[in-house]
Amino acid sequence: MSETQLLVGPFNRVEGDLEVRLDVSEGQVQAAYVNSPLFRGFERMLLGKGPLDALTITPRICGICSISQSAAAAFALADAAGGLPAPMGARVAALLHMVENQSDHMTHFNLFFMPDFARPGYAGRAWHDRVVDRFTAVKGAGLHAAVDARARLLHIVGMLGGKWPHTLAIQPGGVTRAPSSRDKIRIKASLTAFRKYLEGQMFGAPLETFAELATLDQLNAWETGDIGLFNEVSQDLRLDQSGIGAGRYLSFGAYPGPDGHVFKRGTLAGETPHPLDETAITEDVSHAWMLGGTQAPLNGQTLPDEAMREDAYSWCKAPRLDGLGYETGALARQAIDGHPLALALAAEASVRARVMGRLLELARAHIAAESLLDRIIPSEPFMAHIDLPRDGTGVGLVEAARGALGHWLRIEDGQIANYQIIAPTTWNFSPRDAQGVPGPLEAALVGAEVREGEDAPLSVQHIVRSFDPCMVCTVH
Amino acid sequence: MNMLWLQSAGCGGCTMSLLCAEDPNVMDLLDGAGIDLLWHPSISEMTGAPVRRLLEAIEAGEQPLDVLCIEGSILRGPNGTGRYHMLAGTGRSMLDWVQSLAPRAQHVVAVGTCATFGGVTSTGENPADAVGVQYDGGHKGGALNAEFTSRSGLPVINVAGCPTHPDWVTETLLMLADGALGTGDLDGFARPRFYADHLVHHACPKNEFYEYKASATELSEMGCMMENLGCIGTQAVGDCNIRSWNGEGSCTRAGYPCINCTAPEFEEPGHGFTETPKFAGIPIGLPTDMPKAWFMALASLSKKATPKRIEINATADRIEIPPTLRRPKS
Repeated sequence: MSETQLLVGPFNRVEGDLEVRLDVSEGQVQAAYVNSPLFRGFERMLLGKGPLDALTITPRICGICSISQSAAAAFALADAAGGLPAPMGARVAALLHMVENQSDHMTHFNLFFMPDFARPGYAGRAWHDRVVDRFTAVKGAGLHAAVDARARLLHIVGMLGGKWPHTLAIQPGGVTRAPSSRDKIRIKASLTAFRKYLEGQMFGAPLETFAELATLDQLNAWETGDIGLFNEVSQDLRLDQSGIGAGRYLSFGAYPGPDGHVFKRGTLAGETPHPLDETAITEDVSHAWMLGGTQAPLNGQTLPDEAMREDAYSWCKAPRLDGLGYETGALARQAIDGHPLALALAAEASVRARVMGRLLELARAHIAAESLLDRIIPSEPFMAHIDLPRDGTGVGLVEAARGALGHWLRIEDGQIANYQIIAPTTWNFSPRDAQGVPGPLEAALVGAEVREGEDAPLSVQHIVRSFDPCMVCTVH
Repeated sequence: MNMLWLQSAGCGGCTMSLLCAEDPNVMDLLDGAGIDLLWHPSISEMTGAPVRRLLEAIEAGEQPLDVLCIEGSILRGPNGTGRYHMLAGTGRSMLDWVQSLAPRAQHVVAVGTCATFGGVTSTGENPADAVGVQYDGGHKGGALNAEFTSRSGLPVINVAGCPTHPDWVTETLLMLADGALGTGDLDGFARPRFYADHLVHHACPKNEFYEYKASATELSEMGCMMENLGCIGTQAVGDCNIRSWNGEGSCTRAGYPCINCTAPEFEEPGHGFTETPKFAGIPIGLPTDMPKAWFMALASLSKKATPKRIEINATADRIEIPPTLRRPKS
């Protein structure tokens, strides 16, 4: 096969707009260039606004990670004020955030990722008919069950947050609604119903059984539920050998609160997690249609290059930690938290690893959500009074479903003087940096199989979607 | 009836909200109404080249199009080129695609306040020069001109909301499929009247506090949020408190103000979203259709008449004093 270039777009079943350019020869991807083709400019919109307006505006960066954005903004504002939310308010905020992340994980598996295996290109495989029944886009029975379960799970956000997406319930001092004992019972009922769905359909077994898997051999032997079906697909298509990443992972730590993080923060490169120094984060703009040089986010700028210069190819900046790109997401989170199966998967760094990491988190985070709800005491206050400073800086670091999300804020004279956001997919789908080093997805696509006649190679689709990209967050 | 859904410059939240439709879910609902999804970026199987071929076939008139749904604002920047949003894989701006496809559609539906009026994407300095499909804020004429009508003769149907309630979108589509949505069913901003003829204030659980102007002073207090916390539910259109969101939710039920997200230019209130602008200590905004003198007179009278239960509960985060029990006489 001679050298060709493929342009894949519109690349759907990802959140937002994505275009991937591939250099192909010898039936393999030789180089990939990932373009986020939409620029809205949220960081500029916020300039000159009252700091609290960030709580209304930043959730609207993203309709799928909306609560993550709320939480990051609330933490950044509280940090600027040197204040802490009321402990119970922090727990409710964490519960709201967990519900969104769980909803996103199951949406990804059922609606975005699995439908690709129902494609006619896989007809004849031993598992194909079953995948067609469960996961055909728009029609599959598993997909319908997932959408119904998701809508019911989000009743928790309806009750505590008014609606999903785009709640204003999460504030620097806590949350705007103090749940009653009756509310707590309803929320518990919603969580129990969701557990029933997860155990009955996706896992086919108690969540605890999956959460206790410790080795790849144990995982390979999992046969029940939709995850058993995915396991069969994955072993047949060798998804454990596809989309191999650099094996460098980053987590800001999930659900910080009065009890510490639910899932630890840190980095991972090799076998053991390390502490994270977020002051070593910079954003490179060498291949982005952005002006200005490499900056730490607290001093960062967002100056779009209206000329869209030739040597750049995306609106996405390239975040680096100590000069290196990092992969972030559920796999990173679970591995950095020290879960043995996640550590083994992180070493594998494949399509299968990312998807299984997410499913492992679905089980573990559900158990954590139940425990968190038990610790919410309705008789206590849910909001602390916090006064914002006229001048100051604040940082809000959280874990969205897709990974590390940071807000860096500077307040001058009571107004937002600078606001910089680095979203999970900014890390994962970053373009090349000044050294020409590709971002994590770009690197993971190298070597992907391109079959004769494919204009949107299936292997590429699996690899891209294994990251669960959120493109609207990426550039924001 | 077939439908094509495009995501322009927005957050995708209206689709995410749409997937919260219940009894039945959105797929069953559309299927049951005979609405066939040509393509939707979040849920359809088709990706890449086949999508491009579909768009080209519609543009060429080879593929009929009944409903074009557009979610997200349309970007005109930089410098009128629309290149801040190129539709991936096509080398053309979304602005160009929308202008080209809209005249082919029987109906054009703008979903969400970005698509209707520009919305949050046009906040502040409006860096990307965002507009709505047929409006630029409150002014007619956006990506499509003020006189545009689709092949049905209707203007762009503006299902405003940030995000939209799933039922606002599905009921609009179902009414179109049923031939039950005409010009008279749209309000002055082309919003479907079935939800836009209501105010968010209707069925707000804080109504008793409102009656006495018993006000919350900080978020998480139970009182009415009109006087101090920026709530404009008495002016905002929407049946949010009548039909509720995600089960039993709504903004005011969750203890934060209505920010009028169904309205043009809600993103620029001219003050903080959670504060009420006042003149001489009196809120500037009046409830819709309320004469100012009467509002002032009634407000000062009712404030004086506030029962202790309501006064105390207004600044508490839960009910401190329950309603007095009336015992049977015998």
